[in-house]
Amino acid sequence: MRALRFGIPLLIFALLAFFLWRGLSRDPREVPSALIDKPAPAFTLPVLGAADKKFSPAEYRGKVWLLNVWGSWCVSCVVEHPALITLAKANAVPLVGFNWKDKPDSAAAWLAKHGGDPYTFSVADIDGRAAIDYGVYGAPETFVIDREGVIRYKFIGPLDDRAIAEKIIPMLKKLGA
Amino acid sequence: MILAIRLAKRCVAMMLLLVTAGIVIAQTGTYNPDTPADAATEARLKELSLELRCLVCQNQTIADSNADLAVDLRGIVRAQILQGKTDAEIKTYLVSRYGDFVLYKPPMQGNTAMLWIGPFGLLAIGVIIWWMIGRKKKGVAETAISGADAAKAKQLLE
Repeated sequence: MRALRFGIPLLIFALLAFFLWRGLSRDPREVPSALIDKPAPAFTLPVLGAADKKFSPAEYRGKVWLLNVWGSWCVSCVVEHPALITLAKANAVPLVGFNWKDKPDSAAAWLAKHGGDPYTFSVADIDGRAAIDYGVYGAPETFVIDREGVIRYKFIGPLDDRAIAEKIIPMLKKLGA
Repeated sequence: MILAIRLAKRCVAMMLLLVTAGIVIAQTGTYNPDTPADAATEARLKELSLELRCLVCQNQTIADSNADLAVDLRGIVRAQILQGKTDAEIKTYLVSRYGDFVLYKPPMQGNTAMLWIGPFGLLAIGVIIWWMIGRKKKGVAETAISGADAAKAKQLLE
């Protein structure tokens, strides 16, 4: 009985401490994507800087590729930009920009100002409708899409060299890119 | 010559028809998050919005938030109400994109069982402990008063 008297509060404390600690070590802003292992939603959007061209994900069937959400209004995208330029130089897979709720002119100016265009090309989602299909809720976000057109991974927040090396590259290797 | 004119006329008529049809399609398909619809739609939108989370602000519903994304989501909900979708269909649409987190009231399922049952479980544990303590006290009280002590106590009370 004496053991219980000390044991039970201790156990309760340990349990509480465990859950609170776990809660602290998680980032509440990171909402796991509902679209992992689901087909990438279709869209047909104009290519940025080439008004007569359009792109839909179906055209990249058979390729592993990256879709990176950005905008000239997005502060964290500035932080992410150098890492994307390095990634683009490696030329591993197509890197498609998803220019979210932006003005094409501001987008082009932003790229010029921040060290160039790392994207194979960017699509312009001006009204933000396609972004909702992708469950986008902030920028930057990066999707890895496989040969079958299935979303295999989503990185939330700005990529840096380390995140690319530890998260993106292994995923691309796994998908055989 | 007359045939050619007729053909041209027909072509023009056909084109006009196509263009107007195109405008109608564009209008029904237009997605404009800001234009309010009729009162009934707006009332349903309001009700649904109160159950949907704004993912940027997280602790606000899309009814309370004026973040861009919340405005867009309200627009989508409004458009789907106008298309005649049920509340359940609209919620499924959003959950398939944003996950259960978009719902302010989490659904009852495997990974949320703790959330739903937990408080009742804790209450049950509390009740059991309370009952155990109560029983123990009663036991003490019964054994303590007996024989001469009881008589003495009675005497004191009277």
